[in-house]
Amino acid sequence: MSLNDLRRGQSATIATIADEMLRVQLLRFGLGQGTRVCCHARIPFGPVVLQYGGQEIALGRDIARTIPVNR
Amino acid sequence: MGSCCEASPLNLATGRAKLVLAGNPNVGKSIFFSAWSGLYVDVSNFPGTTVEITQGRVGEDDLFDTPGVYGVSAFNDEERVARDMILDADTVINVVDATHLERDLFLTQQLIDMALPLVVALNFCDEARSRGIEVDVSALEHELGVPVIPTAAVSGSGLSEVYATVPRARVGRALPEVEAAVPELLNRLDSRADALMVLEGDAAIADRHGVEPLGERERLYTLRRQRVNAVVAAAVTRPDHGGQLRDRIGRLCLEPLTAVPILFAVLWACYQLVGIVIAGDVVGVTEVTLMQGHYEPWIRALVGAHLPAASALGQILIGEFGLLTMTVTYLFGLLLPLVLGFYIAMSILEDSGYLPRLATLVDRLMTGIGLNGRAIIPVILGFGCVQLGTITTRILGSKRERTIATAILNFVVPCSAQLGVIAAMLATVGFGLSLVYGGIILLCLALIGTALHRALPGQSTALLIDLPPMRLPRLSNVLRKTFVRTFFFMKEAWPWFAVGALGVSILQVSGGLGLWQKALAPLTEGWLKLPKEASTAFVMGLVRRDFGAAGLTQLALSPWQVVVALVTITLFVPCIASLMILFKERGWKEALAIWGGSWVVAFGVGGVLAQLVL
Repeated sequence: MSLNDLRRGQSATIATIADEMLRVQLLRFGLGQGTRVCCHARIPFGPVVLQYGGQEIALGRDIARTIPVNR
Repeated sequence: MGSCCEASPLNLATGRAKLVLAGNPNVGKSIFFSAWSGLYVDVSNFPGTTVEITQGRVGEDDLFDTPGVYGVSAFNDEERVARDMILDADTVINVVDATHLERDLFLTQQLIDMALPLVVALNFCDEARSRGIEVDVSALEHELGVPVIPTAAVSGSGLSEVYATVPRARVGRALPEVEAAVPELLNRLDSRADALMVLEGDAAIADRHGVEPLGERERLYTLRRQRVNAVVAAAVTRPDHGGQLRDRIGRLCLEPLTAVPILFAVLWACYQLVGIVIAGDVVGVTEVTLMQGHYEPWIRALVGAHLPAASALGQILIGEFGLLTMTVTYLFGLLLPLVLGFYIAMSILEDSGYLPRLATLVDRLMTGIGLNGRAIIPVILGFGCVQLGTITTRILGSKRERTIATAILNFVVPCSAQLGVIAAMLATVGFGLSLVYGGIILLCLALIGTALHRALPGQSTALLIDLPPMRLPRLSNVLRKTFVRTFFFMKEAWPWFAVGALGVSILQVSGGLGLWQKALAPLTEGWLKLPKEASTAFVMGLVRRDFGAAGLTQLALSPWQVVVALVTITLFVPCIASLMILFKERGWKEALAIWGGSWVVAFGVGGVLAQLVL
């Protein structure tokens, strides 16, 4: 499953991030392989809002789909 | 980046020390800036870019405020500007958000790895405390190896302490891996900070030193992230419980059931402020009473005493579209209050933390037309003034997105001046036909957006946005931001508007305007099935869009004719001032394509509608 499949309140661990550019950008926000995230909110057919540590970020659906997670 | 950046970009051979404020977006850097620098502030474009930089003086030193960034790199224009300013700094004052240290310390550690003398201002300490977040300042100081000063910038506490600490700025504890890798590079280039950039693969910096960029970015970022997480673990204690009011509000703004009503409430409040209070009441006073009632008769009499008003020069200076009459009235009576109003609303939304949530909420709608949620910001501003929106498309991630957003703004978004007239005319035709009008405009927006999305090469960037905590905006900060932005906008817009007005005056004096009017008449009568006087409205619409719309109110039109006329005038070309901004922002090819395309779309859609219903 991917980040895009998370429902509100579900937690998951990021498995990999394939795109190099995205990987470095997310590292700056504190997201990387192995980060445990919680789905804070879900816009229907839209972005997924993730919470981890004290941080909240919104990821567009097209990005979220490319990031596989383990529950 | 162009060759302008070969040399030191800020190019200040003054011998004064350069203090640079750096930090993530919305951490309160600018509060430090304005508290320290006092009144002397200079806002300008960074050379070769469209990014604003703010510069001032503090004591014997120069002080610079940089765009908010999450790290020193080159992912976009703002980051490149911040990077160049930071590389040029003698001392960096790094402002961090105490409630958000996992994110903010990444930049801090990177600045430390650059071996820049650093002071860290730990901002929002009051808020962190009230949320139960404990930050051990001495542990943080120890871990980072640089002075850390707790502050609460909005209430002013700690500001002067940070400034007093600047002489004690230190080079902190860099990553051991950076320390190990740098010496080899320092044989070939003289700056440790630049060396880190080369190590992290920054092609532009490598090029400046004539070396090859290295591929260590991801390895160093990963190590830095681990280091930051360790620092946070050592210095920050977070409460387990959430459930703070601001967190709940933040969540409600994203929950589909509550988000939409909140969105409408916010839009309604903005409309009340800008559409009713500013565009109605304030502009009524500034434009009609002050400028047209007092200023224009005065300047006409003054200039008229020296040269006849009917002469060519008289027309150009004090005529209908005069440089000293209409231009001044428009700029100060209409544009200035509107832009002020919009920037107040914008700054409140920005400081409250609502904007990124709004961008998240509308992201799905925007991706259909090749944009992401972020593009809602220029679109909202465009409803105030299309020029304002066009300039704000700079925040979008790619050239492709800027093109699409600019086209939508200039094709379909009516500005607030025009919106008032349109609303008044729609009121006369009833709800059903108003819906028809709105539907046609939205359909055009969707079609133009989709067409450009399909036609333009490349890919749009997807939404990746940090959601800051919801905060109550501070009046002083909102006002300061508003004034700086308004000043900057007016400074950029006025020459273009003056050139436009001059052009129209020359057309009028030479008789070109009359010819145009005649040439347009068959189109309005035969194709749009409107009275021939309507062509005057379209000529006026070239100059100012509300003139165009206002010209239509004088005509006796049937309800369907009103819809046809309004659809056409809404889709009609941007006003002359917007066209000038369009030239400047998007280049002449794109500007002419949009301007020419507006003729085709406006008369095409209006005409087809007229042929169908009239």
